[in-house]
Amino acid sequence: MTTHTNAPLPTNEAMRPILEMRQVTQTYTLARQKLFEARPTLTVLDHIDFDVRPGEAVGLVGESGSGKTTLTRILTGMEQPREGHVLFDGRDVWTAEPSHRQLFRRSVQVVMQNPRSSLDPRMRLGASLLEPLRSLRIEGDHAARVYQVLDQVGLSRNALERFPHEFSGGQLQRIAIARALMSGPKVLIADEPVSALDVSIQAQVLNLLKDLVRDLGLALVFIAHDLSVVAYTTSRVSVMSAGRIVEIGKPLDLFTHPKAEATRNLVGAILTVESGLAGNALA
Amino acid sequence: MSGANALEVHNLVVRHDMLTAVRGLSFALPVGGRMGLVGESGSGKTLTALALMGLLPMGWQADGSVLHDGVDLIRQSDRALAHRRGRTISMVFQDPLSSLDPVRRVGYQVSSVIRRHMKTSRREAERQTIELFRQMSLPRPEQLVRAYPHEISGGQRQRIMIAMALACYPQLIIADEPTTALDVTVQKQVLRLLNGAVEQRGCALLMITHDLPIIAAMCDTVAVMYAGRIVEMGPVGQVFRSPRHHYTRGLLESQPTMDNIALDGSSRLTSIPGMVPPLHSLPTGCAFHPRCAAATEKCVAEVPTLEGGTRRAACWHPVESMAEAAAS
Repeated sequence: MTTHTNAPLPTNEAMRPILEMRQVTQTYTLARQKLFEARPTLTVLDHIDFDVRPGEAVGLVGESGSGKTTLTRILTGMEQPREGHVLFDGRDVWTAEPSHRQLFRRSVQVVMQNPRSSLDPRMRLGASLLEPLRSLRIEGDHAARVYQVLDQVGLSRNALERFPHEFSGGQLQRIAIARALMSGPKVLIADEPVSALDVSIQAQVLNLLKDLVRDLGLALVFIAHDLSVVAYTTSRVSVMSAGRIVEIGKPLDLFTHPKAEATRNLVGAILTVESGLAGNALA
Repeated sequence: MSGANALEVHNLVVRHDMLTAVRGLSFALPVGGRMGLVGESGSGKTLTALALMGLLPMGWQADGSVLHDGVDLIRQSDRALAHRRGRTISMVFQDPLSSLDPVRRVGYQVSSVIRRHMKTSRREAERQTIELFRQMSLPRPEQLVRAYPHEISGGQRQRIMIAMALACYPQLIIADEPTTALDVTVQKQVLRLLNGAVEQRGCALLMITHDLPIIAAMCDTVAVMYAGRIVEMGPVGQVFRSPRHHYTRGLLESQPTMDNIALDGSSRLTSIPGMVPPLHSLPTGCAFHPRCAAATEKCVAEVPTLEGGTRRAACWHPVESMAEAAAS
């Protein structure tokens, strides 16, 4: 068991956001309910403002159905919003010239919940790690890049020759993080990166993410339903409910003085060993 | 078997050819008692639960004895077991969507359990089903019984599973990660309902989960499993406040707490290095030794035994106390 002491995470308020959403609204058109009426629409995101700065870890929490996943899809450019703008490095990614979009795609990478389903089971890890370089047409010394990234996530080189089934969930999540780092991103978006992992492994992955923010100056967007895990990893948390951001604050403030009802619900939902032993956890 | 125990497990071994997933498990759960079985994936906790119910997957075999209601469940015929499941022992699984039949109305699924075991009329079973739904705080129970599983939320489905488990007043409920698949804000409500129902009926509860806070909130005793063995057991308060096994301590320390959050990002969680060993290459001696900071040659050579009274730890160099460990 290792412990490190570290300086507090910087908030970097002086710096310009690297990735930003301005007044983003996303609606989906549903199936026709009645023959001669317009198809109903569902507003999934409602005028969202969201940003993250280099070297900053921001959290996004909310119940399922609150719009977290849609927000992730828009932040990563997988979906185009109906209204509003997604800015990377200050410029709208949907109207900028192709070279800026290419830069955006390289610079914003995602880590998903389940590493087992995000890695190709028939591909050796070395090949999996090279995929982003190939698909994003990144030139350079690929082998050197692979070794560098392996060091960053704390994996040994012999992992490259092995297949995903040879690893535990925690190691695979490290590999998924390594693959996300291959293109040299500025922003890492982690969508529930530890909820599929065992407790003893969760801490390893959370600590790794914190190290990457600190050492590489990455901007981290950490999305989860568990407020305590988000609070541990980030320095600023946005709370989502029904497609809106209802509260933004420092983790401790959200815990001690939650303002929005959604925040109170999330704080109230947290079970700890202490409260359980005190016998009032389920009261 | 003594009349005081709802479940007595002696030296339970679960194996598949050369692989042994559960390696000699013994514990007793008193009537009306609540025990938590904690472990990570690969610790053998789910296979233990399935073995207790006689529901092991094809190829897996259980040995040892599981005494319940005066019989050894391991030596019962499939037919006899089927008669018990849902009657004297029932189980709540992790994913309610895959344990409910998608093409039958939920009310029918619950009332058919009642009709089968209690030999009541259809009308009476339906009446009891609505009453159970009401006890589970399900909205509009009269209408909900006619819903199909896909029409209702995950929390409601799990409450229906709990209603089904409670339907025939079992002596023992085995709950395997009952809230893991649910949204956090729903989790507490489902646990509260399960807690209340178990308390009111006085049935014993075996709670299987990787989530320590749930055990702390729901159980009186806890057994911590690692690589197919119990490494520590005892009253929940004692085990969680002053763990003796290094694995238990590591699990407790890797939980984010208010202290971690209060430090505003500057704290670090302690993590257990390494990973849970795969079944085909379990370490010798104490299975935790490759990941343990206190391991010595003795830990590599000899399997520590789980001896003592109610408070037991299978460790050659037990943690002295939390305070002392923090000071060193």
